[in-house]
Amino acid sequence: MFDLLQSWLSSFLYDWLAILITLVIQAVAVVLPLMLAVAYLTLAERKVIGFMQVRMGPNRVGYLGMLQPIADALKLMLKEIVLPSQANLYLFIIAPVLAIAPAIAAWAVIPFNEDGMVVSNINAGVLYVLAISSIGVYGIIISGWASNSKYAFLGAMRASAQKISYEIAMGFALVTVLMVAGSMNLTEIVEGQRGGLVNWYWIPLLPMFFVYFISGLAETNRAPFDVAEGESEIVAGFHVEYSGMAFAVFFLAEYAMMILISFMTAIMFLGGWLSPFEGIPVLETAFAWVNGFVWLALKVAFLLFLFLWFRATFPRYRYDQIMRLGWKVLIPLTIVWVFVVMLMKYTNFGPWFN
Amino acid sequence: MIAFVKHQIKTFGLIELFQGLVLTGKYFFKKKITVRYPEEKTPLSPRFRGHHALRRYDNGEERCIACKLCEAVCPANAITIESEEREDGSRRTTQYDIDMFKCIYCGFCEEACPVDAVVETRVFEYEFHERGPSIITKERLLEFGDQHEAQIAADRAVDAKYR
Repeated sequence: MFDLLQSWLSSFLYDWLAILITLVIQAVAVVLPLMLAVAYLTLAERKVIGFMQVRMGPNRVGYLGMLQPIADALKLMLKEIVLPSQANLYLFIIAPVLAIAPAIAAWAVIPFNEDGMVVSNINAGVLYVLAISSIGVYGIIISGWASNSKYAFLGAMRASAQKISYEIAMGFALVTVLMVAGSMNLTEIVEGQRGGLVNWYWIPLLPMFFVYFISGLAETNRAPFDVAEGESEIVAGFHVEYSGMAFAVFFLAEYAMMILISFMTAIMFLGGWLSPFEGIPVLETAFAWVNGFVWLALKVAFLLFLFLWFRATFPRYRYDQIMRLGWKVLIPLTIVWVFVVMLMKYTNFGPWFN
Repeated sequence: MIAFVKHQIKTFGLIELFQGLVLTGKYFFKKKITVRYPEEKTPLSPRFRGHHALRRYDNGEERCIACKLCEAVCPANAITIESEEREDGSRRTTQYDIDMFKCIYCGFCEEACPVDAVVETRVFEYEFHERGPSIITKERLLEFGDQHEAQIAADRAVDAKYR
């Protein structure tokens, strides 16, 4: 789609200009819907948690509160950004940028449907996402350090230790996916799951599916692993000193990461844009007209709902228990499953290995 | 050994976590108890203690006899009463002020009153933006009582058998 645009532009412009314009259009086409999704994810979060607590959630601004995120964004934009007098100003200002840049950059390789709707279909897609999303921890640790506040520093320490620990479990969980798919290209990983619900990787890799999602919860500092911002203990963690738009940027980064993790889970384990009715006689033809992106969006929406559901259900983990779960439970489990997958591959087990 | 296996199944099967999710999942579909206040209102008890009022007898005579029991019982010292003898020889108030900023709406004045003169009504939607009007004078209390007499009398009638 974008190749066509680029070749059309280069027919009457310099080549480099055509490439530049195409890149900007691609970036905007990904980032704008992402920001919108983040805005409405915050509304969905408040609504879902409200519903689970037998309340209604925001319902005053617009019909059913549909304009609430816009009102929130407006409020945050108009608020003053307080710069603490003892803070390291350079790091203080650069930290939110460092937090949100990876959360957006990682979207470059996420494929949205089967027609090649992807900014960059590179062969090391999984590796790229892993590498970029782990850079996000710098934003957190720098914000905690630059704030010159004990709470912020404690929050940053907790968040970075937690992120680094769970990245290992997450990486191992992805290793099993790579072993089944035999490719690091996200598009090929999805295509490898073709053939209906049972062919998706969540069945042979069921424990890894859970491990990946749990690690994703910890990666994004979401409940029940939100000690990094634990309101009752350290106020808001690494972003206590941030206000206005600077705080909003951290907020955007957190929710963009949530959506990214959901996309990755859907692509790795739930067959990405593939229809769940594949191979079922009547339903397959009845739903053949549905674009792949719709299936992907539905799967992502379900996973995001899980994020919110977990937050409404589970109490916060104690810090040492988080570390124990990460290092002593999830990582050994993933290593064991790597060997199980190896055996399954050796014996050409089921429809997944051939 | 069996206990160990059971424990492992319970832990790695995430059984308790799923039980928790089912519970919150059920609540997701329950009827919400939120009352959207300006449009919807909760029912009020006849004993509701809101804005004060002074009542009159059916012939238009004010009930208050300036006994000052309410002033004495008021724990917040919100009531100020001055009285003198009227031409017909009866004792009446010349001043009956309630400071609404001091009042804690305990209802003791209403309980102390021997002639059911001072009462607290169901009206709770009022506000003051400066200090002066927050002190309700006798005229305004009587006027308020006249306006809401029907509701006040009905509430007293419902509650009468419990007094």
